[in-house]
Amino acid sequence: MTGGVLASPFILPGAYAAPANELKLAVIGCGGRGTGAVFQAMETGHPIKLVAMADAFRDRLDSSHKLILDKYGASKVAVDDDMKLTGFEGYKAAIAAADVVILATPPGFRPMHFEEAVKQGKQIFMEKPVATDAAGIRRVLKAAEEAKAKKLNVVVGLQRHYQNNYRETIKRIHDGAIGDITGGQVYWNDGGVWVKERKPGQTEMEYQMRNWYYFNWLCGDHITEQHVHNIDVANWVKQGYPVKAEGTGGRQVRTSKENGEIFDHHIVSFTYADGSVIHSECRHFPGAANRVDESFQGTKGKVYMSGGNHGVLTDWKGNALYNHPRDNQPNPYQQEHDELWAVLMKGEYKFADAENAAKSTMTSIMGRYATYSGKPLTWDEAMNGSVDLFPDKLDWDALPKLLPNSDGYYPHAVPGKTKVI
Amino acid sequence: MCNTKTKYLVIGVVMLMSFDDNDSNFESYTQKIPGTQVIFDLIPIQKGTFRMGNDDSKNLDEKPVHEVTIDPFWMATHEVTWDAFELFLDKNYELAISEEPIGARVDGLSRPSLPYLDMTFGMGKEGKPAVGMTQYGAIQYCHWLFLKTGIFYRLPTEAEWEYAAKAGSDTRFFFGDDPAVLQEYAWVSENSKESTQKVGTKKPNPWGLFDIYGNVLEWTYDQYDPEFYKKSETSNPKNPPLKLYSRVVRGGSFATDSDELSATKRFRSSPDWKRIDPQIPKSQWWFPEAPFLGLRLVRPLNPPSPEEINVYYTQSPITDY
Repeated sequence: MTGGVLASPFILPGAYAAPANELKLAVIGCGGRGTGAVFQAMETGHPIKLVAMADAFRDRLDSSHKLILDKYGASKVAVDDDMKLTGFEGYKAAIAAADVVILATPPGFRPMHFEEAVKQGKQIFMEKPVATDAAGIRRVLKAAEEAKAKKLNVVVGLQRHYQNNYRETIKRIHDGAIGDITGGQVYWNDGGVWVKERKPGQTEMEYQMRNWYYFNWLCGDHITEQHVHNIDVANWVKQGYPVKAEGTGGRQVRTSKENGEIFDHHIVSFTYADGSVIHSECRHFPGAANRVDESFQGTKGKVYMSGGNHGVLTDWKGNALYNHPRDNQPNPYQQEHDELWAVLMKGEYKFADAENAAKSTMTSIMGRYATYSGKPLTWDEAMNGSVDLFPDKLDWDALPKLLPNSDGYYPHAVPGKTKVI
Repeated sequence: MCNTKTKYLVIGVVMLMSFDDNDSNFESYTQKIPGTQVIFDLIPIQKGTFRMGNDDSKNLDEKPVHEVTIDPFWMATHEVTWDAFELFLDKNYELAISEEPIGARVDGLSRPSLPYLDMTFGMGKEGKPAVGMTQYGAIQYCHWLFLKTGIFYRLPTEAEWEYAAKAGSDTRFFFGDDPAVLQEYAWVSENSKESTQKVGTKKPNPWGLFDIYGNVLEWTYDQYDPEFYKKSETSNPKNPPLKLYSRVVRGGSFATDSDELSATKRFRSSPDWKRIDPQIPKSQWWFPEAPFLGLRLVRPLNPPSPEEINVYYTQSPITDY
């Protein structure tokens, strides 16, 4: 393996050579999270050079570039002007310029970007969720197979998988500490997220892209965009995916024009193959009580976990079986990159997160299908859903499929009426 | 319910009268957040001189003891709760709760980014201290309250905080020197079950301030400087913050051990409290790892000029990354 000139440090199919020198990084989606992921990559301390950035919007790209350059300097940040790529098509050239890509746009674009990165044979860190409808999930699953065949590392930002309290506690559950899991409850109840108001001169496409949280082709609703974290924990604990979902939801307090089409609450029962049922609840009600955590009950005991480093196993007599220490825990967002880049630097293949991420995202989408339709549906029905939310054409003047009514409000799902699959 | 006009008239009268140091109306009062049912109490803290710091402390930054004179101010009897803070946090929630229009100036105020994490950390909201806000967020809360009430609320200086906390005492705690007694007055690591607790459920200090020790750390205005006591003014000292880190927080929290606490103990903010913020730039508003950090309001008896008030509220946040 010596003597050859390596155009790419990852040129050898199936068995990587360790990179000869620094690894070239591109970021697709330069918002707060994409910028944060670049920082976390840089903080690993490995020889990394940022060479390309892509974002639909030049202003977002420029503010991100400035922060990264200010922090890490020109020796780590070498993004030529022609590698600052804007609009809808820039991702292809950005991916081509790099060895490793960060995919951090709104999730509606993820299937397209992931497919391209896999096609080009790149190492990948991508944010959750990985799609917003079944059509997108099918594309991600197909590309995930291709990534495995090509031995491309894929880490997905479901960072609970890189957080010690979850790893240690769930390992003990799988070892039988509290018996078989018969039920559980997972929550993301809080006050909601940001809103961007419509500005004069914006086309409908630009407005939806700026205020993306409230449009399902971009966001998938908060049951997918946020609550996927907790639903994914349920799947992890159950070591499988639900066979059925039924639920209810609606728009109770978040009803302005700027709130697009998404609901502000979803309550779903997920039934798994063994008949056990997980209750899932996500809610954006300001002023109401917050709760973001996961609980499960087993034949021999129960467990409580949260992103705040809780991991508590208790038997039914109240005896503590395990209580994960909460102080001085590693930052899971950093841990994802520490582990990924250590593997990349050695030229190894270890991470294949995409399939589980796609199936956990699909679980959340199935939940949304159930609350939007008001009807139970099976995994296979959801997975084969034919409704494709993505616009037929991507262009600033092209029209998304969902348009406002004459009063400026958007039509939203009505349980009992709306067809989701 | 009084109507809006009457309410603002009452506030106007209070402000006019407050320009006189010896005003007989320098008394306790209840502040209602206009348009809502949310109220909080304030008590007068009379002008006085006290000994700040502790020469016997193992912490060098508490030395030397020095005499300080403090002008009169009101201080809130309780730490700011989520009941009030959430109105500021979310304009749509404020609009939904309010019984009257909030007005263009309140409407136009920059609000905190809504956090991606549950900033109650599972500890609950009702009657419990608001937590996790940056000093910028704490000052903007005062700004919001000013726009709603016309009254200049602000953070205490470190000296004001220690003066009010000591309440005329010169012992380790306002009740004496024995940390074993602390749990009668404070939620600390030994009795808090790792959570904030409802404000005002322990005994107050001699001047009527609840949760001075424990429950949540309280923001002050000052930059943290371990040498500051060696050079500070004797009259109304303050150390204006110019650098983002560190700034002074006082009083300890539900997570503080009794052994660590005293009336003079100086705590300080840390960039570690934003370590797990996944976004860049990091939030100007939130510390996702500071569930133990809150605030308490003061109101000077003699408010500064409108220009000075404007400067206080409109200092730009420093980008953090």
